[in-house]
Amino acid sequence: MSAPAMPEKVAGVMPVRFEKFGLGHYLICLKGVVLRECLRFLHQRERFISSLVRPLIWLFIFAAGFRQVLGVSIIPPYKTYVLYEVYITPGLCGMILLFSGMQSSLSMVYDREMGNMRTLLVSPFPRWFLLVSKMLAGVAVSIAQVYAFLIVAWFWGVKGPPLGYLMVLPALFLSGMMLCALGMLLSSMIKQLENFAGIMNFVIFPGYFASPALYPLWRIQEASPLLYKICLANPFTYAVELIRFAFYGQIDWLSLGVVAGCTLLFLAAAIIAYDPSRGLISRKQDTGGNA
Amino acid sequence: MQHVRTSGPGDEAAALDVAGVSHSYGPKRALNDVSFSIAPATFTVLLGLNGAGKTTLFSLISHLYDTRRGSIRIFGHDVSRASGEALRRVGIVFQARTLDLDLSVHQNLSYHAALHGIGGREARQRIAALLDIVDMPGRQHDKARSLSGGQMRRIEIARALLHRPALLLLDEATVGLDIQSRAGILATIRKLVETEGIGVLWATHLIDEVEDGDHVVVLRQGDLVAKGKVADVVRTSGATSIRDAFSRLSRIEAAGAAEISP
Repeated sequence: MSAPAMPEKVAGVMPVRFEKFGLGHYLICLKGVVLRECLRFLHQRERFISSLVRPLIWLFIFAAGFRQVLGVSIIPPYKTYVLYEVYITPGLCGMILLFSGMQSSLSMVYDREMGNMRTLLVSPFPRWFLLVSKMLAGVAVSIAQVYAFLIVAWFWGVKGPPLGYLMVLPALFLSGMMLCALGMLLSSMIKQLENFAGIMNFVIFPGYFASPALYPLWRIQEASPLLYKICLANPFTYAVELIRFAFYGQIDWLSLGVVAGCTLLFLAAAIIAYDPSRGLISRKQDTGGNA
Repeated sequence: MQHVRTSGPGDEAAALDVAGVSHSYGPKRALNDVSFSIAPATFTVLLGLNGAGKTTLFSLISHLYDTRRGSIRIFGHDVSRASGEALRRVGIVFQARTLDLDLSVHQNLSYHAALHGIGGREARQRIAALLDIVDMPGRQHDKARSLSGGQMRRIEIARALLHRPALLLLDEATVGLDIQSRAGILATIRKLVETEGIGVLWATHLIDEVEDGDHVVVLRQGDLVAKGKVADVVRTSGATSIRDAFSRLSRIEAAGAAEISP
């Protein structure tokens, strides 16, 4: 490798004083992090296909099989009887956000193991901002997946109110933030990629099935009062209901409050966990390289 | 982003000042009361065998770990208290490969530029110029996955220089590379010290990467056992060469001497 002098346009390394970061610099950083996440997603076609296939299997096969078995009475926000496919569609949107949020957690553990995480964490921007940027990037990818699913569902005959597709966007965003923040917090606790199976068993499956994603809460209450209480304590329950109501142009204030509160809680915990002076990362003392 | 040339008091500070730094992994002490400093525009070799504490020290300097005992300053900015200001002045090449293999060279470098608030035309210009410097012109659109180990290292060096750091840290940057690639990378870094005034901390366990005019800092199992110019370290350790001095300081038995050769 030759060693030519640094060209004038790059030269001037020393001595330099940097101006303070302004809003423009923060936006450049945010855009860079979001763009990278989107590019990674586009390069991993299998990830996109599997993220779409999972809810579609539930919609095409599970819902078709169970529509005769599981009757859904008229409960808010529905004003008439709805087909089972229509009932579970908001839950399947939530499922996409849940899996995607956990996927972003998986990718953070992978990045940490591979060393890529270091490039993010040694950025001079505040760590909270880097983590929020990473979350927003994850949410952007999640929402794109949800809309891809809703388009396919539309052609399958599962159609919501036209305005609902717009109204649901803020609910998807907030729910996605909550689940990405949870994923980020979990990623700080997982030391190795192999431990991620535990997330599947202890977070994704219980979180999904102990919620009104597949069956209304009143049915769960009839079956088991204990399970009903567990569902009420599950933040994912409120994410699903927030999405369901928003899809029909309504706001479920309880769900909005719980999801917003949990988002702040999980985000604060994730920021603390990734703070080198206070967090779990510093206690694990390994961010991808040799000690 | 505009960079303002200055000759203010901050420039007189050491490029890197490590003072009384200790670090432990649970009960295992990785660094024990380590102190040294690096002047701007100098090439300093951090010598130590595997497990000496080099990577731990790099993790502390780059604020991946918090400095709990002692202090680390980069051009006068405390890494723990003003990590942003400190990290803006430092470029880092980690021991582990950190390129995103799914992305192209340009995408990898653009991402890093964004993480330093550099975007648009300025980022593109810097990327093109730095690829020339690391002898990979026109390779912007190559997938990182398609590059050899040596080429990946060159890209990582270009990436570390993108935000115009005044201090460059390289952790075992030549490990796993052939002799030609190693020599090329080393020559490029040394040239940057001369022409651009960048301070360099070059961590290695390969003694042939040390030159007579260099400063060296020698770590052994977390303890700093020697520091200074090569000639001074050789003299004070009663050795005949820096290789001999490193062997004595690291207490390498004859059978283990091959470990410090490429």
